[in-house]
Amino acid sequence: MSLPGWKQLPIGVVILNPGNSVEYKTGEWRTLRPEIDQEKCIRCRTCWTFCPEGAILEVSEPYKTKAGREFKLTYKVNYEHCKGCGICSNECPAKAIAMVEEVI
Amino acid sequence: MGKVLPLGGNYAVAYAVKACKPEVITAYPISPQTTIVERLSEFVANGELDAEFLHVESEHSALSVAIGAAAAGARSYSATCSQGLALMNELLYIMAYVRLPMALTIVARALSAPINIWNDHSDFMSVNDSGWIMMMSSSNQEAYDEILLAYRIAEDPRVLLPVITAMDGYIQSHVVEPVEIVDDEEALSFAPKRRSWVTLNPDKPVTMGPVGDPNWYFEFKRQLWEAMKGSRAVFDEAVAEFAKKFGRSYSAIETYRLDDAEVAIVGMGSFMGTIKAYVDRARKDGIKVGALRVKLFRPFPAEDVAKALSNVKLVGVMDRALVPGSPTGGFLHSDVACSIKQAGLDVRTLGYIAGLGGRLLTMDNVRQMVDVLLKYKDSKEVPKEPIFIGVRE
Repeated sequence: MSLPGWKQLPIGVVILNPGNSVEYKTGEWRTLRPEIDQEKCIRCRTCWTFCPEGAILEVSEPYKTKAGREFKLTYKVNYEHCKGCGICSNECPAKAIAMVEEVI
Repeated sequence: MGKVLPLGGNYAVAYAVKACKPEVITAYPISPQTTIVERLSEFVANGELDAEFLHVESEHSALSVAIGAAAAGARSYSATCSQGLALMNELLYIMAYVRLPMALTIVARALSAPINIWNDHSDFMSVNDSGWIMMMSSSNQEAYDEILLAYRIAEDPRVLLPVITAMDGYIQSHVVEPVEIVDDEEALSFAPKRRSWVTLNPDKPVTMGPVGDPNWYFEFKRQLWEAMKGSRAVFDEAVAEFAKKFGRSYSAIETYRLDDAEVAIVGMGSFMGTIKAYVDRARKDGIKVGALRVKLFRPFPAEDVAKALSNVKLVGVMDRALVPGSPTGGFLHSDVACSIKQAGLDVRTLGYIAGLGGRLLTMDNVRQMVDVLLKYKDSKEVPKEPIFIGVRE
C-alpha cells in the first residue's frame, strides 16, 4: 500500500474525513482469534454487547443446530477489526467462543 | 503616534494582548509573570476586554485549555515561566504539531534546583526544540511589539505555529520604561484574526491529534520542519510591515558596531543594552569590538548571524542557560558556532556562561568577556569549555 507523503497530508495532525477509523485494520494486531461455535451459541448477544471494538457482527442468517434448534440470527466476527482481546470469549455464558492462536 | 505610558514589561505585554483582543486567556500565577495575567484579569473585569478569562489549576491546564480554545478557532493567550513552563512541556509539542496558533509569553526565569525566582534563560532555552517560533526582546517596547508580531505570524496560513515571546524576568518585567501603545483598531489591522486553520466544528467534523503510528508520525515532523523554515519569510514581512505602520523596525538579529570589529559578543535579551554601552566605552579606547543580539531564536537566523560575523576574528557567545555535557555548554553558542561552520567561515568562537539565577551582570563582566576575546583573538587555540563569568571559585 502506498501512503501519502508529507506534502499531501493536511496541515497539522488532523483527520479531515470523519468516520475513517474503519479503514484502520486493527485486526493485524491480533495474536489470538475468537472462533464462535455456532452449535453451542445461544444467541444471547452478550459478546456483541461487550466487544469494545464493535467487531461482533449480528447477521440475519438462519441457523439450525444438529439438535434441531432454529435461530434467525448468527453472530460472526469482523476479523479486519477484532484485536483478539478475548473479552467475548470470557463473557460468553455458553462457552461457545474459543480463542485460537493465529498462525502466520 | 499612539499614547506613551510608563509601563513595566509585564504591563506592556498585558496592554499589547488587550489590543489584539484574544477570546480566551488562561491564567496561572507564577513570579515574575503574574502581573501580566493579573492586569489582563482587570481588563476583563472592568469591561475593557471581552474575553473568557479562565483561572486554571495548573500551567498544564493553562496550555491544555489554550489548545482547546485554539482548536475551536479562538485567539488564545497565556503567560508563564520557569517551573510553570516545565509543567506545560508536553502540551507545547502537541500545540505546535497540531499546528494551532497562539501567543505565549515567557518571562524568563531560572529553573530549579536550587529554587530561584530570578532571571536567566534556562526556561526559554529548555523548550527550543518544541516546534514553537521563539523570540526574545530586550526592551519593554519590544516586548509590547512582539505580541502584535506573534499573532500576525502565528495565524498566517503559511505558518500556523504557536509563538513564544520572551523577556527577562524582573529586569524587564518589573522595570518601568516609556512604552508607546497603539490603538486596538491599529493592532487588529496589523494582526487581523485570520481563523486560517482547521477548527473543531460540529457541522464539519474533524479529528485532531489522533494516534500517529510508525506509518504516519514521521510525516508530521517533516511538515513542521518546513513550516518553521517558511516562517522566517513571514517574520521578515511582518517586521517590515510593522516598521511601515508603527515606525519601529526590528529584524531577526540586531548588530552593533560590527562593521570593522575584530572581536564580537553575541547574546540575547536585556543585557545586550549593557554590552552595547561597554562596546561604546571600549571603542573610545581603540578596541575594535562589536555586538550582535539574536532576537529570533527559532527559526534560528543562521545565515544572518554568519554574514554579520564574517569579518570578525573571534566571537564570544554569552549563554544565560547551561547545557551540562554539551560541547559548548549553551544552546546559543552551539547554534552560532554551527551557523559559522555551515557558512564555511574561518571565524572562531568561544562561550561564556553568565548571569545564572539572577546573578548580577555588570559592565565589569562585559570587560572580562572582552578581555578574554582580546587575549585569544590572534591565537590558534581558543578555550573549548565555556568560561563561567561571575561565579565564585
